[in-house]
Amino acid sequence: MQQTHTASSRAAPEAPPALLSVRDLATHFPVDEGNVVAVDGVSFDLYEGQTLGIVGESGCGKSVTALSIMMALSRPGRIVKGEILYRPRGQDPGPDEVIDLAALKPDGKEMRAIRGAEIGYIFQEPMTAFSPVHTVGNQLIEAIRLHRDVDGKEAKSLAIELLRQVEVPLAEQRLDAYSWELSGGLRQRVMIATVMASNPRVLIADEPTTALDVTTQAQILDLMRSLQQQSGMAIIMITHDLGVIAEMADYVAVMYLGKVVENAPVDDIFHAPKHPYTKALLRSIPKITEAEEELATIAGTVPHAYSRPEGCLFHPRCPEFMAGTCDARTPPPLPVSPGHHVSCFLYGDGG
Amino acid sequence: MAAETQPADRRLLEVKDLRKLFPFSRGLIRRVRGEVKAVDGVSFHVNEGETLGLVGETGCGKTTTARCVIRAIDPTSGQVLFRTQDGPVVDMAALQGGHLRAVRREMQMIFQDPFSSLNPRMTLFDLVSEPLYNYRVGNRREREDRVAELLRLVGLRPEFMRRFPHAFSGGQRQRIGIARALALNPRLILADEPVSALDVSVQAQVLNLLKGLQAQLGLTYLFVAHDLSVVRHISNRVVVMYVGKVVESAPTRRLFTAPKHPYTEALLSAVPVADPRARAQRIVLRGDAPNPADPPTGCYFHPRCSYAADVCRTDTPVPREISPGHVVACHRAQDLELKGVHQLGASKHDGS
Ligand SMILES: Nc1ncnc2c1ncn2[C@@H]1O[C@H](COP(=O)(O)OP(=O)(O)OP(=O)(O)O)[C@@H](O)[C@H]1O
Ligand SMILES: Nc1ncnc2c1ncn2[C@@H]1O[C@H](COP(=O)(O)OP(=O)(O)OP(=O)(O)O)[C@@H](O)[C@H]1O
Ligand code: SF4
Ligand SMILES: [Mg+2]
Ligand SMILES: [Mg+2]
Repeated sequence: MQQTHTASSRAAPEAPPALLSVRDLATHFPVDEGNVVAVDGVSFDLYEGQTLGIVGESGCGKSVTALSIMMALSRPGRIVKGEILYRPRGQDPGPDEVIDLAALKPDGKEMRAIRGAEIGYIFQEPMTAFSPVHTVGNQLIEAIRLHRDVDGKEAKSLAIELLRQVEVPLAEQRLDAYSWELSGGLRQRVMIATVMASNPRVLIADEPTTALDVTTQAQILDLMRSLQQQSGMAIIMITHDLGVIAEMADYVAVMYLGKVVENAPVDDIFHAPKHPYTKALLRSIPKITEAEEELATIAGTVPHAYSRPEGCLFHPRCPEFMAGTCDARTPPPLPVSPGHHVSCFLYGDGG
Repeated sequence: MAAETQPADRRLLEVKDLRKLFPFSRGLIRRVRGEVKAVDGVSFHVNEGETLGLVGETGCGKTTTARCVIRAIDPTSGQVLFRTQDGPVVDMAALQGGHLRAVRREMQMIFQDPFSSLNPRMTLFDLVSEPLYNYRVGNRREREDRVAELLRLVGLRPEFMRRFPHAFSGGQRQRIGIARALALNPRLILADEPVSALDVSVQAQVLNLLKGLQAQLGLTYLFVAHDLSVVRHISNRVVVMYVGKVVESAPTRRLFTAPKHPYTEALLSAVPVADPRARAQRIVLRGDAPNPADPPTGCYFHPRCSYAADVCRTDTPVPREISPGHVVACHRAQDLELKGVHQLGASKHDGS
């Protein structure tokens, strides 16, 4: 795996440099019971106007990866290794002008100028993002004034404009509403409006539709796509739903126990998956278009975060396990086709 | 998938014109009174040995329906006809006291959240044997044997009996919930979103378990879910609800491939398919589902329906059987050509 910020896993030589390159990121939570290795050497690139999907089962480190990028880890979480190389906005920064967010102070001025302004974050339960005692209008106006140099009146009309942009009906009246008076779908729209107030270049969406009904989810995904088309922002879409990934992502990183086990263009993930975990995951989902008698399952359960297996983390559950290899060494990411990397000893010459 | 028409087409449960209204009042000075029509004239039946899927969006009345069936709450009106083990058909909605208790034993509920539905201070033995204890079944030794048998049945080791639920994963806890539900040899299982909180690989294990138990024990399932792929996988027939009413019911394959209600079509269209080559041109519904305390006139779906005609704004569509076993409540059911899952996923616009 390349170690520089210009590293591009894409084949096209004219590909622009990545907006965000995460390199060998590791985040730990030293707690009383042991050291939780939440993120364990994760690398990926994010490009302007594109969506990277991060998929994996509960506890595999999706949210902690996102929180690490935002430098918003809760205690005792700590980035112990790696770089988060971000190419900031500003007057035509050269391709070499990158900042390593992991080296910034989480609460320092520089990080605060990036978090929420250049990198926006929306998550699953928009309820907790809003104060119950202030109207959503006031909170939206506050977000606008934080990021833009406007007076109260201008901020208010911008707020209405933003609500219209995210297709909130009766935008003007909604300014006076409290978050708990809104339906789940409307609340998520208002949250997106709040994040869009700063016109972010990167939007990290952590399970943004998991709490919503399918028809509302379809509305929100549609909205995110059209906002991306208008603004060219890059999106990191975090979800456990492979359907949402297939729908939204250009590139996909599949995570298992804190590691990216496979990353590839979306079509490869679904039509030419390589890692046994990716394959097993795909076989285990029921399909709406056909009726199958029995679903394929993955043997065993995800190991506990404190007791991670030696060697390949998936080996105790892997149908292709090779004794002496998979339980002895850690498979490095290996390119198998343009932009497609897999961490598994079945590929290459066995590491 | 199992055959869509069971050989023995015997009705175990028949729900007729079920209603559940929750009255409310709000406002301090001007007290506004009204009622939430949570379940508003729902009818369906479940055949012995089959799985009936009950789908619809949040707040449409799925849980309330299931709770009325098992008489966890009293329905406002309507009948819940259940054919008991001994033969006679009884109306659950009208039973009282000991008689109700005796019949209710033949039905059990499995819940969504394996984390909150199990008392953390009870061991697996306590949890699984509690229904036996409540109905005074067996002595302690016999109950232990039964619990061991039940744990094996759901794929847990009997040695776990003395442990507490916090030591188990989500999928294992759902297995504990299933073992508990099976303790009294029920005939009807009401499963309310039993796999919604689980990861896909764990979900697959639990769905396989539920199917296996059904075949082994001849169970009948009323399976409540909002995930249409799961419902397609597990159900023989499906009932679609919208704002307290049944809008369509049909054998599973028919419902998914040839839906006749515009809401069903929209629901199917909204499901993200796990195939980037099948990114669909969606039918994106506008707005939210109406408030069941203040539903629109005519067809409740008309404000969001792209096929609505004048009659839809004024008249409530009555459910009609348009082909054997296929019931639709839509004024235009006969003249609309709607898309099933195969047509919906067909329009490719994949760029890569
Ligand atoms: N504050 C914390 N203290 C200790 N451990 C934590 C903390 N936050 C996360 N972890 C652990 O880090 C690991 C990764 O968690 P993370 O929240 O990133 O998972 P996830 O992939 O987002 O899962 P989900 O799909 O359930 O949201 C888990 O083992 C989790 O228990
Ligand atoms: N005890 C209650 N008192 C008042 N209203 C209630 C009560 N229980 C349910 N309701 C209302 O009845 C309607 C139907 O609720 P129900 O829980 O049956 O929906 P559901 O289809 O199970 O939804 P979900 O998918 O969110 O579980 C909702 O509007 C709900 O707010
Ligand atoms: S009755 Fe009319 S409004 Fe209702 S679903 Fe049918 S066409 Fe649409
Ligand atoms: Mg998470
Ligand atoms: Mg419910």
